[in-house]
Amino acid sequence: MSHPEPIQCDLMIIGTGMAGMAAALFAANRGLSTVQAGVSSEVIYASGYMDLLGVHPIEDQKLWDNPWAGIEAMAREIPNHPYALMEMEDINTALEEFISFFHENGIPYQRKMAENVEVMTPVGKTRPTYFVPQSMWAGVEAMKAQHRCLLVDFQRMQGFSARQIAEVIGNKWPNVRPARIRFPEGDKLTELYPEWMARKMESPIIREKLARIIHPLLEDARVLGLPAILGMTRTKEVVEDFANRVGVPVFEIPTIPPAVPGLRLKETYEQYISGKGVRLLFPKRIGQVQQEPDGAFLLTVEDTVSNDRVRSRGILLASGRFLGGGLHAGRKRIEETLFDLPVFQPAARSEWHREDFFDPRGHPINRAGLEIDDTFRPLDISGQPAFPNLFAAGSILAHQDWMRMKCGSGLAIATAYAAVNAFVKQRVDKDLQA
Amino acid sequence: MAFPFFRKKGSLIKTRVLIIGGGATGTGLARDLALRGVHCVLVEQGDINAGASGANHGLLHSGARYVSKDPEAARECRDESIILKQTASHCIEDTGGLFVAVEGDDEKFIADFPGYCSHCGISFREMDIKEARSLEPALSKNIIAAFEVADASIDPFKLVLENITQARKLGSTFIRNTKVVGFKKRKGHINTVNLVNVQTGEDLLIEADHVVNASGAWAGEIAALAGDPIDMIYSKGSLLITHSRITGRVVNRLRPPSDADILVPGGTVSIIGTTSARVDALDDIRPTAAEVDLIVDEGTAMLPGLESMRYIRVYSGVRPLIGTQTGEDDRYVSRGFDLVDHSGKGIENFVTITGGKLTTYRLMAEQTADLVCHRLGVTAPCRTQTELLPSAHAWKWTVPGIPSKEWLKDHKPDDFLLCECEMVPRSALDSIISAMGEHKKQLDLTTIGKRSRIGKGACQGSLCSIRVLVYLYDKGHLQSDQGVPHLRKFLNERWKGQRVLLWDMPLIQSELKEAIHCGFLSLEI
Ligand SMILES: Cc1cc2nc3c(=O)[nH]c(=O)nc-3n(C[C@H](O)[C@H](O)[C@H](O)COP(=O)(O)OP(=O)(O)OC[C@H]3O[C@@H](n4cnc5c(N)ncnc54)[C@H](O)[C@@H]3O)c2cc1C
Ligand SMILES: Cc1cc2nc3c(=O)[nH]c(=O)nc-3n(C[C@H](O)[C@H](O)[C@H](O)COP(=O)(O)OP(=O)(O)OC[C@H]3O[C@@H](n4cnc5c(N)ncnc54)[C@H](O)[C@@H]3O)c2cc1C
Repeated sequence: MSHPEPIQCDLMIIGTGMAGMAAALFAANRGLSTVQAGVSSEVIYASGYMDLLGVHPIEDQKLWDNPWAGIEAMAREIPNHPYALMEMEDINTALEEFISFFHENGIPYQRKMAENVEVMTPVGKTRPTYFVPQSMWAGVEAMKAQHRCLLVDFQRMQGFSARQIAEVIGNKWPNVRPARIRFPEGDKLTELYPEWMARKMESPIIREKLARIIHPLLEDARVLGLPAILGMTRTKEVVEDFANRVGVPVFEIPTIPPAVPGLRLKETYEQYISGKGVRLLFPKRIGQVQQEPDGAFLLTVEDTVSNDRVRSRGILLASGRFLGGGLHAGRKRIEETLFDLPVFQPAARSEWHREDFFDPRGHPINRAGLEIDDTFRPLDISGQPAFPNLFAAGSILAHQDWMRMKCGSGLAIATAYAAVNAFVKQRVDKDLQA
Repeated sequence: MAFPFFRKKGSLIKTRVLIIGGGATGTGLARDLALRGVHCVLVEQGDINAGASGANHGLLHSGARYVSKDPEAARECRDESIILKQTASHCIEDTGGLFVAVEGDDEKFIADFPGYCSHCGISFREMDIKEARSLEPALSKNIIAAFEVADASIDPFKLVLENITQARKLGSTFIRNTKVVGFKKRKGHINTVNLVNVQTGEDLLIEADHVVNASGAWAGEIAALAGDPIDMIYSKGSLLITHSRITGRVVNRLRPPSDADILVPGGTVSIIGTTSARVDALDDIRPTAAEVDLIVDEGTAMLPGLESMRYIRVYSGVRPLIGTQTGEDDRYVSRGFDLVDHSGKGIENFVTITGGKLTTYRLMAEQTADLVCHRLGVTAPCRTQTELLPSAHAWKWTVPGIPSKEWLKDHKPDDFLLCECEMVPRSALDSIISAMGEHKKQLDLTTIGKRSRIGKGACQGSLCSIRVLVYLYDKGHLQSDQGVPHLRKFLNERWKGQRVLLWDMPLIQSELKEAIHCGFLSLEI
């Protein structure tokens, strides 16, 4: 096998999940030459909602109306939570920078600066979140205003029942009326998948046909809800046009993952990130990493066809947890998969999970992960940075439980920001020294 | 069959025989009596198979397992397994079985085994090691002896559902979620039995001519409530279900009964176990990580593939063993059963039937029914020795592998799969719901899970639970927000069997499940 010259870059980003995407964007925006590799992505499972902080302390299930106040309290009480290593202002800047990328590329988001909002889930239960896709925002407002709502679902689409949502949400929002309708041109298919419907909805003809089916059902409804099928990448346009055609504001409710809102983020990212100068290797796994005498990393891309290698001045590890592949659990212990970095973890497998799946305290295994210094560098067993130029971000970090704290996206984006900035600062300091 | 009076507070039901316990013994007895024309009421504190009948190995014993220590139990198993293979063949997979020894196992025991078997009249064939390994390639290279026996695999859920279905068709009543809490006696006669619905808290009184305590490991507690305690030993055993089937046959380790020495295949999976640990109480029986490790480590000697195997579920049951606390290994307490006639102790219309095995449930039911009928003056003979157990179509959905075969063979275009791992379509749910008859009102996910493969596949119920919930709402079986607690209960029920098995792939799966149900749906808050 011949070895072509390695691809050279400043920063290699391992991972194409929420943290990896954010990191690549931040790196490119800061003028770093950036290569990114990832195998799969948890992003396709994302609901579209971007949480900042919803619950703290989780054992008391205390919900925060103001996520910033929640972060402040958490930083005090869980000083090794990754948020505690950051300034509030930087967390906000990180979110804004990330969101504006999607905004510019057809997936706008909305929030209230100092407030979590209540949003819907496909089982009908509501939950708090921070940034909401524009396509779902009308639902947030309509629920608050208790407007009469027509909620539709579709024949031959599984896992989403307007009737169920209306029943479950009934105490909070009694004015929701469910209806089951057919999807235009869906009759030929045995089962309808949201992704297929979303792509169909990009056509004005289909939108018109659907609007005509819905129109007679609207009656006194002031708002229309649907499962998340309003277009794949040109959602803004699809939503606005469709609302005009039906004559009332429309909103989406995310369906059970993997679903359209996650796919939108993934497709939009893949389409526009190269325009930022990021070289995206996807789907590709990094099989091995070596350190060169000058401190740079040489990474081998696992691939049956090419034998790409990447030589980078630094690495940002955003390889996720068990689902993402950054961590692996054997029968006896948890390991980090690429560098065999020490993983903070409970003493034995018997302590990984609690007896009640829904225990408010969360499962101890969810707090397992990499411990880092204040510049987001993972530590070795002696408590020193394992490598001077290896950084980590996202859900692989220890001392957080994004699922219970409702901080998944916020944590991924904010820590990516902090890690990229730490790498930039390190380079500048080096250059100054030289 | 309907019981409108059941809704009223403190309502009273009259029946000839009250059976306590909806396991194999209680349901088998209900069927036996019904076939003799005796209507009864069967009460169960949970759902069917809430006890050992829903938490066992599913081995229809040829008897060979007991030849060394318990010849009587061995002979009972031999005879009963032959009867069941003839009368309940649709609940049985006649796999055949092997006994194998590995290097280091007790040579004397191996040499004595044929003699023990002959003594008990258990048929066997010594098998060449090469032949054994070619028949079952999963066996270890280190096997030093192999014998073929007539073991088989039995589906306890199907068995029990079929028994109760026939009993109900013949006019008996089954009441779920209702617990016996006390007895009212007068002059050595139980007049009424006090019960409470564990879901609604409503009281119920049952007046019966005769009361049968078929409550398995709980038999001691119930007998004590009635005023004549029985000594019971609680021996907990845990079992692991593998993701795919490892062998065609049942495989037993050829040594005195010990940990992790039986592998029982069934449909598309295999079950390996068991352990044995004395416990003091019956509530909250859960498998531990240490038991899982013990089973995997021990089982590997016979079947090396177990080390890297993917496991989908672990569960524990408590063996109902009668006896005093001798301190010996509980595996040596007799597996024979006991029919206790409490009339000797001054309660004239009360018997207890406990101990025994799933394999001998029919015989236990027969002997109990004989006694009860004698008391009631009923002369009709037992019919379960020869009469076939009818097959109610709906229960086929409990068997691993069957649903997918059926569905692939022939299905309507809109008969979507609700569960993709185990291939359970909508039509399966429809037939389960209609087969539940008057119990339809108490429908929830957990009840459906018991009667199907829903939630038992690799995804651990992450997605099928939601699809089934949607279907139940759409069909009008659920109202307001009651589906949310149902979903939580269902996932927690499944969780019990997954929690200590989570490493490698299953851990990834459970992380996804938690991300969906907590991270996204926020069911925990
Ligand atoms: C079901 C579900 C629901 C969710 N709902 C919400 C929600 O409601 N709100 C919210 O804010 N967030 C939600 N999230 C998103 C969640 O916040 C983020 O996905 C999470 O924080 C993890 O992000 P991450 O980028 O750290 O890791 P991952 O998304 O796990 O990304 C890890 C990446 O690393 C790659 N990788 C691993 N090893 C290698 C290797 N050797 N070589 C190359 N690449 C590698 C993987 O391929 C993957 O691309 C949800 C996620 C899931 C799964
Ligand atoms: C780990 C293990 C593996 C086994 N493997 C095998 C095997 O492979 N082959 C075999 O033949 N046998 C096996 N057995 C034995 C077999 O499972 C039992 O002997 C058999 O299932 C007992 O059935 P039962 O109906 O008597 O008791 P159970 O099934 O325990 O039924 C008793 C019922 O009574 C109910 N009850 C209790 N108290 C009350 C109350 N107050 N009010 C109302 N209801 C009440 C309980 O909820 C329970 O459902 C195994 C047992 C265990 C524990």
